Amino acid sequence: MELQTLTYIVVGLTFALYMGIAVWARASTTSEFYVAGKGIHPVQNGMATAADWMSAASFISMAGLIAFKGYDASVYLMGWTGGYVLLAMLLAPYLRKYGKFTVPEFIGDRFYSRTARIVAVICLIVASLTYVIGQMKGIGVAFSRFLEVPFEAGLFAGMAIVFFYAVLGGMKGVTYTQIAQYVVLIFAYTVPAVFISLQLTGNPIPQLGLGSTMADGSGVYLLDKLDLVLGDLGFAAYTEQKGGTLNMVLLTLSLMIGTAGLPHVIMRFFTVPKVRDARSSAGWALVFIALLYTTAPAVGAMARLNLMNTIQTGPVAAVDANLAYADKPQWFTNWEKTGLLKYEDKNGDGKIQYYNDKSQSFAETADKAGWKGNEMVKVDRDIMVLANPEIAKLPNWVIALVAAGGIAAALSTAAGLLLAIASSISHDLMKGVFKPEITEKQELLYSRIAMAGAVLVAGYFGLNPPGFAAQVVALAFGLAASSLFPALMMGIFVKRINNKGAVAGMLAGLGSTLIYIFLYKGILFIPGTAMLADNPGGWMMGISPGAFGAVGALINFAVAYAVSNATEEPPEHIQHMVEDIRVPAGAGGASDH
Amino acid sequence: MSSDKAQAYWKANLRLVLGCLAVWFVVSFLFGILLVDVLNAVQIGGYKLGFWFAQQGSIYTFVALVFFYASRMNKLDREFDVHED
Repeated sequence: MELQTLTYIVVGLTFALYMGIAVWARASTTSEFYVAGKGIHPVQNGMATAADWMSAASFISMAGLIAFKGYDASVYLMGWTGGYVLLAMLLAPYLRKYGKFTVPEFIGDRFYSRTARIVAVICLIVASLTYVIGQMKGIGVAFSRFLEVPFEAGLFAGMAIVFFYAVLGGMKGVTYTQIAQYVVLIFAYTVPAVFISLQLTGNPIPQLGLGSTMADGSGVYLLDKLDLVLGDLGFAAYTEQKGGTLNMVLLTLSLMIGTAGLPHVIMRFFTVPKVRDARSSAGWALVFIALLYTTAPAVGAMARLNLMNTIQTGPVAAVDANLAYADKPQWFTNWEKTGLLKYEDKNGDGKIQYYNDKSQSFAETADKAGWKGNEMVKVDRDIMVLANPEIAKLPNWVIALVAAGGIAAALSTAAGLLLAIASSISHDLMKGVFKPEITEKQELLYSRIAMAGAVLVAGYFGLNPPGFAAQVVALAFGLAASSLFPALMMGIFVKRINNKGAVAGMLAGLGSTLIYIFLYKGILFIPGTAMLADNPGGWMMGISPGAFGAVGALINFAVAYAVSNATEEPPEHIQHMVEDIRVPAGAGGASDH
Repeated sequence: MSSDKAQAYWKANLRLVLGCLAVWFVVSFLFGILLVDVLNAVQIGGYKLGFWFAQQGSIYTFVALVFFYASRMNKLDREFDVHED
């Protein structure tokens, strides 16, 4: 069957499934809307958390990042999984014991301060909104590439689906659709990986294939081969470190504590029945995440090798060892149409030369062969996962599956983020601050309206992406790492922290991180207002703006501790509350409060 | 629960968390980044060991660590009689 028809069928089937679940899992109380009635099994919650967490970026961009950065991309692999260790041991069980609906609610209660709650709401909304813009864009891209409909039409279709199940079902609807979406996305991710691993190494398990020898009978290990192929063309070795060590450490740490501090992830642990379920559920979430995250390095390395071999078909600088542009495969043409792949025949020989023209040592070889510069002038990293099945010449149904998987990853994350925004507006701002007298029924209505509003705002930004859309992801993690995570952790582990310390700490962490990011990316990301050069030479001590969240968190800890110790102790009932959070006994079941 | 017992429970919990976080630090930051060149001298199949920890081994260890923590905490809860239901 033709690829496009197949893609319509596969994507259509998954959408029908999500709609069916939405109707089945309607929310009728605020508890169901915010925390799915606290009745989700820990394994199911783990699966939903995995889908919630793994976004269009994990599904589409990460393997591409690995393909082009090699070893240096390890920071994303360790950072985005290691955060779950922190979440499981430092936050999830205690926040579940406290048993409320939102993250700002805990911060407001623990630090007996409305200011703290509002600061937390602002951090949550900024972090979640910047994050959701990327998802909306991902949905539009997947639609326009695979279903060949205009970007806008794809975006509207995605919005309509999220609108339907998130407004109707709240956390309950979102949880069950996320479980279905996890199944779709993990299947879509691993099937092509298994095929490609088999082709290249003869080993069907990608995690093992990456460490195996090539299936061509040469006896050379795949990773050694990749280092060799890249080195021959002047690129840095795949398995070697290229960036600074301090920056790698801080970036990994920032991603870890940022992950643990992201509200849409934390609130998933409010949905399980018991404290011990929150602990094991974090483990299950990590199992389901690890399935994709340990496959991604194999996908990245194998895609890079396939790409290099497609273009450089024989020994470097030999005659007829480069792919002629006229013989280019169909996927090459398809991606050229999207503008994400660009070729320029610099030496006019009609062939494609793809090499590192910035390498000094390789310049002589290139010169002798009559090469006039790298002719693959643009290879967008994001196309690697999507183009991978085509590059490896896999059957059409696999390609259709990848489209459905990418959409599932984007939809599930978008829904989780929108829910975090909606619940903090209706529960923390409306019910908590402005209109405490509203009934549960009214609150439920408000939360549905907030949800609908959030979908529309996200859709608007998806259609009119601010120029800084790609850069604000660092901001989302920076905010979560420098403001929310330290406040939550100290709220549980350090009894002495009082309202003044917490607010001062959050503002100091947040402020320092914002200043550092703005210095390099421009004030409020306005082009031309950056004061320092955003490259390794310009970074203070080699620390990239994305890696500063860890430093911001340290500042938060230090300021909160110093201010708290200089001012009065927290009141006695707050100290009792902290003692109570620390023991599991007495946690409410599926009760309201 | 008496406050002595609560304190002992909390101390045991902190010890466990610190131990787990030490492992968390070693497999990722130490093996995956700081000592990566040293470990890369060892080769397991096609993987250099440091590279393997950075892209595979640390993640497997994280998974094991969370389940280990969860089961030890459940035991601790029962020992100190603070478990649910």
